Amino acid sequence: MRTIFYIMQKEFIQVFRNRMMLPIIFLMPVIQLLILSFAVTYEIKQIRLYITDIDNSVASRSLLQHFRSSPFYQIEGESKNAAEGMENIRKGTVHQMICILPGFEKNLAKGVPAKVQIINDAINGSAAALMNAYTVSIIGNYNQGIIAEAVPEAQPVVKINWLYWFNPELDYKTYMIPGILVLLVTIIGMFLAGMNVVREKEIGTIEQINVTPIKKYQFIAGKLIPFWIIALFDLAAGLLMARFFFSIPILGNIFLIFLVASVYLIVVMGIGLFISTVTNTQQQSMFLAWFFLVVFILMSGLFTPVESMPQWARNINVINPIAYFIRMIRMIMLKGSGFQDIVKHLIYLALYGITILSLAVWRYRKTT
Amino acid sequence: MVILFGMPLVQVLLFGFAITNEIRDAKVSIVDPTPDVVTHAIRNKLFASGFFIESEILNSQEEISENFRKGESKMVVIFENDFSGKMERGEHPTIQLIADASDPNTASMLVNYSNGIISEFNRGQQASSGFTLIIAEPRMIYNPALKGVYMFVPGIITILLMLVSAMMTSISIAREKELGTMEVLLVSPLKPFNIIAGKVIPYVLLSFINAISILLLSYYVFGVPVKGSIILLLAESILFIILALSLGIFISTIANNQQTAMMLSMFAMMLPTILLSGFIFPIENMPEVLQWLSLAMPPRWFIQIIKSIMLKGSGINYFWKETLILAFIAMVFIVASIRKFKIRLA
Amino acid sequence: MSSNGLVIEAENMVKRFGRFIANDNLTFSVSKGEIFGFLGANGAGKTTAIRILCGLSRPTSGKIRVAGYDVYTETEKIKRRIGYMSQRFSLYEDLTVIENFRFFGGIYGLKRPVIMERSHEMLTRLGIIHFENTVISELPLGIRQKLAFSVSILHTPELVFLDEPTGGVDPITRRQFWEMIHEAAASGITVFVTTHYMDEAEYCNRVSIMVDGKIEALDTPERLKTKYQAQNMNEVFLKLARKTN
Repeated sequence: MRTIFYIMQKEFIQVFRNRMMLPIIFLMPVIQLLILSFAVTYEIKQIRLYITDIDNSVASRSLLQHFRSSPFYQIEGESKNAAEGMENIRKGTVHQMICILPGFEKNLAKGVPAKVQIINDAINGSAAALMNAYTVSIIGNYNQGIIAEAVPEAQPVVKINWLYWFNPELDYKTYMIPGILVLLVTIIGMFLAGMNVVREKEIGTIEQINVTPIKKYQFIAGKLIPFWIIALFDLAAGLLMARFFFSIPILGNIFLIFLVASVYLIVVMGIGLFISTVTNTQQQSMFLAWFFLVVFILMSGLFTPVESMPQWARNINVINPIAYFIRMIRMIMLKGSGFQDIVKHLIYLALYGITILSLAVWRYRKTT
Repeated sequence: MVILFGMPLVQVLLFGFAITNEIRDAKVSIVDPTPDVVTHAIRNKLFASGFFIESEILNSQEEISENFRKGESKMVVIFENDFSGKMERGEHPTIQLIADASDPNTASMLVNYSNGIISEFNRGQQASSGFTLIIAEPRMIYNPALKGVYMFVPGIITILLMLVSAMMTSISIAREKELGTMEVLLVSPLKPFNIIAGKVIPYVLLSFINAISILLLSYYVFGVPVKGSIILLLAESILFIILALSLGIFISTIANNQQTAMMLSMFAMMLPTILLSGFIFPIENMPEVLQWLSLAMPPRWFIQIIKSIMLKGSGINYFWKETLILAFIAMVFIVASIRKFKIRLA
Repeated sequence: MSSNGLVIEAENMVKRFGRFIANDNLTFSVSKGEIFGFLGANGAGKTTAIRILCGLSRPTSGKIRVAGYDVYTETEKIKRRIGYMSQRFSLYEDLTVIENFRFFGGIYGLKRPVIMERSHEMLTRLGIIHFENTVISELPLGIRQKLAFSVSILHTPELVFLDEPTGGVDPITRRQFWEMIHEAAASGITVFVTTHYMDEAEYCNRVSIMVDGKIEALDTPERLKTKYQAQNMNEVFLKLARKTN
């Protein structure tokens, strides 16, 4: 135990003495949390719209009035020439064009379905789908208005109402910030712990340690615990910021969050450590770590829903620690899930941690 | 070496297949106290859409909360008691949708989709009433199937070019500095320009090959079209590679060892490349400050260019401005590194 | 410690890297209290041998015992009884002198007061007690090497391995360094030292000279000089090297 303490003491001194490392550890997370949480949003605040009203009738103008008055739409241009609108989409200055063809009013009066074309720039498929849905729903409401005028007693057969639980305002930040916290903790854990051992290899000091009677587990524990503490400290700072700066509710038990984070950190640090035992230079280990990190992050459900991934990709996620942690931290923070709700995931994560750490201890050789 | 070539390809494959924003097979639970023909018809309509799969039949409203907390479903559809009975009596029964909005994006999409499906059901019932209405005819251009790959391929090309070119150069030059071999090269009769060129050209080739293999992969595996001129696309890629390399050289003139170079590359480049470039998140939704910040991010301009060429088939007249910006940023970095370099030599 | 007073016993020690034979059937022994010089040109296999004896590297074959323990099965017991100063400088450059002492003393299981007392004593003897709180990277190479040696004998091992301890160091510091080695030997520590400075061989009790992975000669410097009719060890070495080529 005393041996572990000496290693920890040394690691702390080294971290705090490094002018480059200190800001990375303590300032970067804060800046990242700030930038990321504002940058990361799918919310569509405004649709840049181009209007091509060839019909230019009372009916068409009355429909378009609904778009003009909506704060969701910003009318970027207007003409009777559809080609001009297409050109604007191509240039990227507008997202969507509404095109009302000649005969719109006549058709409506005649009782023939009157068509309105909605042309979306669909390169960003999901955004296009959302924008299209807004527009279609405005037209739908307009229709309901027509029906209500004609037959006041008519009502839809089945009424629908909906509730958004846990986040009634649909605030995207509420969703993202727990995920971003995971990201920060992960980067600190995986890179610092991982790079650290390989650095000793590169500068040669590991030899000096390998000729001492130190036990393998003592060495690894002494290396891990300092960064484990630093990462948990960063998590605490991040949670404080989330709570008081971004006013994200923390419904669940805060100690449960730390319990999960502690287990999780063991897994990522184990991975980092394992990488550093199989590589010889910082450059190699950096690339390996980077590769796994990017794959894990993008597949974790942080940015895109896990449910929409194909089955094989979800199978890969079985070994993706980030996916577990993100799911759990979101459950605890946003839904107030308790120990019983997450215990299954937690046990799995713990087993994972034990496995990867044993692997790292086993792979670390004092004698080659 | 294997890592350098293999890693980009694995990532493109993985992300191309796995990452999508579309909703598919979202788990939905049902509360239906009095199941009958009508509620079954509506349920079938919902599950036939492919957006949802049935998770559980809950008995009471009380179970919903537990169901959500365990993460067993994303949405619960609640049918009112005596549903068809009320409908026959003309009483307009209600369907309530409760979405787990801890993921607001998915929640609102799920509600929108089910809303649409149920409205359609309504319209079917009302059809007899004989109304003619306005019909919306949406068209999705450039990406009719709304594939996520269209969005991700340009982004991934950009990230990988940035990684291989900028990060690799900065680290390899920093390594030479650290090991002291740079001094040896500098005292040799070679001109500094030749030294740098010699270091950099292998990475230019490497990045270029990477870019081409990613394009081939996305064309043949994911069916992402290249509508515009391939030559133009490659030329723009070379411009971007040069920019990334000059950034790498610039970083290496600041950093004095590998670790610093890595951390600088990591935090100064990777994050902005992924987040402030419009790769995943549309820039126009960000707060103004970040939008301004993104103007200085080379990947932002490059992603726009690739999208225009590949997906829209536009020519240079649509993005000469972006091209000029890239060329300008590259010049700035080159000049800055030459300055730094000379100071060090003096 | 074995009963026959031998600290190192190596019989037919072999280390192969693929087809390259780094150590070819080395047989030698070192007795307690001796200063044993392990000489040879760069690449002769000195570092490989030292790494095997320290338990950092596993031999291909041969019977080897260090401090009475087997290098195949009892490396951890060996490690408790030896000190090692590697060829690459291996103190932490971003730690101060005293922090390095405290760290290495700590992982050898020394008590804190003991570490403090011994390191102060050593630093005072070296006349560099005023550098106690200086970061290693700010010290000149000569002082760093002396510190690395002090750290390697901080836990008073039975035996210390020094791999090229005087590489790149100026002649005056080299002389001081050898005085430190003699002091250590006088206090009962066996010293196993590699070097390629042949003049340093004169300071050793016995030397072995390695050429291309083999031990070509092993005796006291005096007897080697007589045997090869040489003025100094440098000549001995040149004669041996020529003989094999």
